[in-house]
Amino acid sequence: MFKQLFAITIMNLQTLPQRLGASSVIVIGITGVVAVLVSVLAMAAGFHHTLADSGRADRAIILRGGSDAEINSGLTREDVDVISSAPGIAKGADGKPLISNEIVTVANVPKLDTGTDANVTLRGVGLKLVEVRPELKIVAGRMFRPAVRELIAGAGAVKQFRGLSAGSVLHMRNADWLVTGVFTSDGDIHESELLADVDTVGSSIERDVYSSAIVLLESPAAFPAFKDALMTDPRLKVDVEREPEYFAAQSKDLTHTLNIIGNSVAIIMAIGAMFGALNSMYSAVAARSVEIATLRAIGFGGLPVMLSVMIESLVLALLGGILGGALAWLFFNGHSVSTLGAAFAQVVFQLTVTRTLIVTGIVWACLIGVLGGFFPALRAARLPVAEALRAS
Amino acid sequence: MKYFPLIWATLWRKKTRTIFTLLSIVIAFLLFGALETVDYAFAHPNTGTSGANLLITINKYSITLSLPFSDEQQIRSVPGVTAVTWFTWFGGYYQEPKNFVFVLPIDIDSYFSLHQGDFVYDETQFQTFRNTRDGALVNAQLMKKHGWKIGDRVGMHSTIWTQKNGSLDWNFLIVGTYDVSDPTQRNQQASTFLFHYEYFDEGRSFGKGNVGWYQERVADASQSAAVSARIDALFANSSYETKTQPAKDFALAFIKQLGDIGFILHAILGAVFFTLLFLTGNTMMQSVRERIPELAVLKTLGFTDGDVLGLVLAEALLLCGLGALLGLAASYGALPIIRLGLQGVELSPLALLPGFGVAILLALIVGLPPALRAKRLNIVDALAGKH
Amino acid sequence: MSEAIVSLHNIRKRYTRGKQHVDVLEGLTLDIQKGEFVALMGPSGSGKTTLLNLIGGLDKPTSGEITVAGQRLDQLGSGALSRWRARHVGFVFQSYNLMPMLSAQRNVELPLLLTHLSAAQRKANALAALTLVGIADRAKHKPSELSGGQAQRVAIARALVADPTLLVCDEPTGDLDRKSADEVLHLLQTLNRDYGKTIIMVTHDPKAAEFAGRQLHMDKGALAESG
Repeated sequence: MFKQLFAITIMNLQTLPQRLGASSVIVIGITGVVAVLVSVLAMAAGFHHTLADSGRADRAIILRGGSDAEINSGLTREDVDVISSAPGIAKGADGKPLISNEIVTVANVPKLDTGTDANVTLRGVGLKLVEVRPELKIVAGRMFRPAVRELIAGAGAVKQFRGLSAGSVLHMRNADWLVTGVFTSDGDIHESELLADVDTVGSSIERDVYSSAIVLLESPAAFPAFKDALMTDPRLKVDVEREPEYFAAQSKDLTHTLNIIGNSVAIIMAIGAMFGALNSMYSAVAARSVEIATLRAIGFGGLPVMLSVMIESLVLALLGGILGGALAWLFFNGHSVSTLGAAFAQVVFQLTVTRTLIVTGIVWACLIGVLGGFFPALRAARLPVAEALRAS
Repeated sequence: MKYFPLIWATLWRKKTRTIFTLLSIVIAFLLFGALETVDYAFAHPNTGTSGANLLITINKYSITLSLPFSDEQQIRSVPGVTAVTWFTWFGGYYQEPKNFVFVLPIDIDSYFSLHQGDFVYDETQFQTFRNTRDGALVNAQLMKKHGWKIGDRVGMHSTIWTQKNGSLDWNFLIVGTYDVSDPTQRNQQASTFLFHYEYFDEGRSFGKGNVGWYQERVADASQSAAVSARIDALFANSSYETKTQPAKDFALAFIKQLGDIGFILHAILGAVFFTLLFLTGNTMMQSVRERIPELAVLKTLGFTDGDVLGLVLAEALLLCGLGALLGLAASYGALPIIRLGLQGVELSPLALLPGFGVAILLALIVGLPPALRAKRLNIVDALAGKH
Repeated sequence: MSEAIVSLHNIRKRYTRGKQHVDVLEGLTLDIQKGEFVALMGPSGSGKTTLLNLIGGLDKPTSGEITVAGQRLDQLGSGALSRWRARHVGFVFQSYNLMPMLSAQRNVELPLLLTHLSAAQRKANALAALTLVGIADRAKHKPSELSGGQAQRVAIARALVADPTLLVCDEPTGDLDRKSADEVLHLLQTLNRDYGKTIIMVTHDPKAAEFAGRQLHMDKGALAESG
């Protein structure tokens, strides 16, 4: 059987150039489907990576109880003092607990592409920033100094907004701030932010409550005891979460929406592509009905004939899938996009065309190819031989 | 037209092929309708018929920051302003975070005077609302959604405002309902839950005396820009600088921050129609190629070259037009599904109109090459089988 | 004495393929009277189909004059030639050339689409033509549902429906069996004798040629009369 299958398939593929028009329909149709699918899912994947992959299991974020996001939360100095005395917090080089009390607010900065103002998150951070967030690296310029209006800009923010390179001066809230450096932090959400000294930020917006406290624990295993101590303390009303869970919850809605959109649009397009494939394969079979009938008359079985048609459809679909994935990768991989995050400030993320996505695209392509080739293949196998030969 | 039976019969020469091509076109236009509707909705935020002379004043740096209550008097005295009212974002939901409710603390007098004529309510219920400190006037659709009745006590959770007792759960007594006069505004107001600003301001444990944003009505819509500038000038260089703009611009600026939605949607549509072009073009070319002898016969009967060109074009128009009609109709039927995903956004069937233009363009692009082929064919050669 | 309805004078038809050219007809002159039934015979490649195409206005001569029903065909532009054809010529082909997706009636109505007749009139005329050729009962059938002879008769009805000056037939019985061929030929004869239709028929079948009133032979582009 396989010898027959091989022979017919080779013959089909050799005559493919004659049917360029119909064949290219399948390829192009599927290229479109896969390109769109992979691109939209890459947005979801990129956003998810930026948010949900942010954070470490041994770092906890503490908010006021009942607030679902930092922007809504308010912790007092007393709250922070109580928190820093809880068990399980790692100690810094100076023996003091590694806690960063933070204030989250927004600033208006013009966007690079439109020139109109958009909100960027300005995060005031405590002195222990470097030890609490070891993944943070200054890649240009230097760290800001406390008690003065200096800030560092995340690499993502630099890509989306004007005037954030090291050494520039940013005019925010009627005061000038010096951008002393640019930082990266493993591509997480903080790369969309501007970081400065917490007390300077606080006095600049006339606010003396903190948004959150970030704590580096001795180990991931220390979390349950730490959380328990805080939740049972009568002086506090707080929510305690591991960072990854907190960010995952933040990204849930948009990632979910993007995934739904991507899959819905792709399904619809796939149905359309399938009709195109059906058309092309039916006409391919009709065009070669005499050859197929001759093969059958010679003695080739119905099954090899049928499989050969499906293989042809599959090969074309595969080509389309690879092309579509390649196009998505070429145009959009690494492309920086920003959208509104939880604090009504821009969150920058990069479209990430991952290997998984490309494989997903190819699987879709093959599915369309198989479905589109099945019925025409069936017809080819069932062709009434004598009739077809007589027609020639 | 008298040629219709001929064109229609020609279209269905190869039934399965025509059906598949037609279905592909239907699907493409279904997507077109759906995506264009979403794009249109975002590009034309509905601020209603009364929205033309509505302004919104927020803290210049972010809507998450507040403004002092004392600003109200100054804004009221700005020439051109006929009414001012104020709000604060409550961040409310009912029982679970997914049950978002637009819980709105209002100053009753200024709110209803600014929105005169926009709402429909029972006068007795309204008076009760006025006199009940923790009373709530609820949008009729919201009442229906949660099955509330007048006299019910409900709790609303705020994600931001703790009360003096430390709780984020606020308690209200539903004393009345209201509806919107303008039916096109229904969706916008469908989750609104109105209550007293005093109850809010006195009950919250921080932020007292502050306001989230102001809303103003101007006498003359054409003066919006000038009045906005005057209001902002009042507070420039203070610690609470403002940004005032017409309600529609505010909505658009907000949407802009979501990202370039239009670009994404149109990029997807571009990909869809490019592939459709290929598919339909191939079908038309194939179909005409098969029909060359028949087209030659038509010419022998006396149909001119131009007649034959017209017949092929008409066929393309019929195919694309039919597919477009079915696809756009399907997307119109899918509006309720789209509404589910985009709550509070007014969707308009107007977005579908460009679809017909697209259908004609598509027909011309896929129909012209085979039509020209048909026009140019030589009768003698075609009949002799050499083509 | 009837007037010449078709008059060809010194006709040359040359086909050029790249650098080569073939003179299919050279200096051909011919007159056909109104009401004649002419059979045109000859071996393949003799140019008889070419001659037929010229008379029917499907093609133009390289040089020479063609006059049909008083109109100089060689002087008409392609659009005018089309319109002339619609009114003056009815074609019958060897392979019938009916539209497969239209019923017999709709096929016959096709030439009438080019006129200003109303839908009702078109239908009436088509049915009349179908009755004339004897298959009005098959009006709603598609060509795939008709036998060879029936299909050819529908083709003849189509050729007649606009009441053309000439009926031009290219091997009308070539694809038919003996019995159907005879029926069709008898029909053509009736159309000629009883209705006065001028018919020019190309055929390679001597039996078919006998139905005609006048037989012409072509060989290498030249004419010779016989019978």
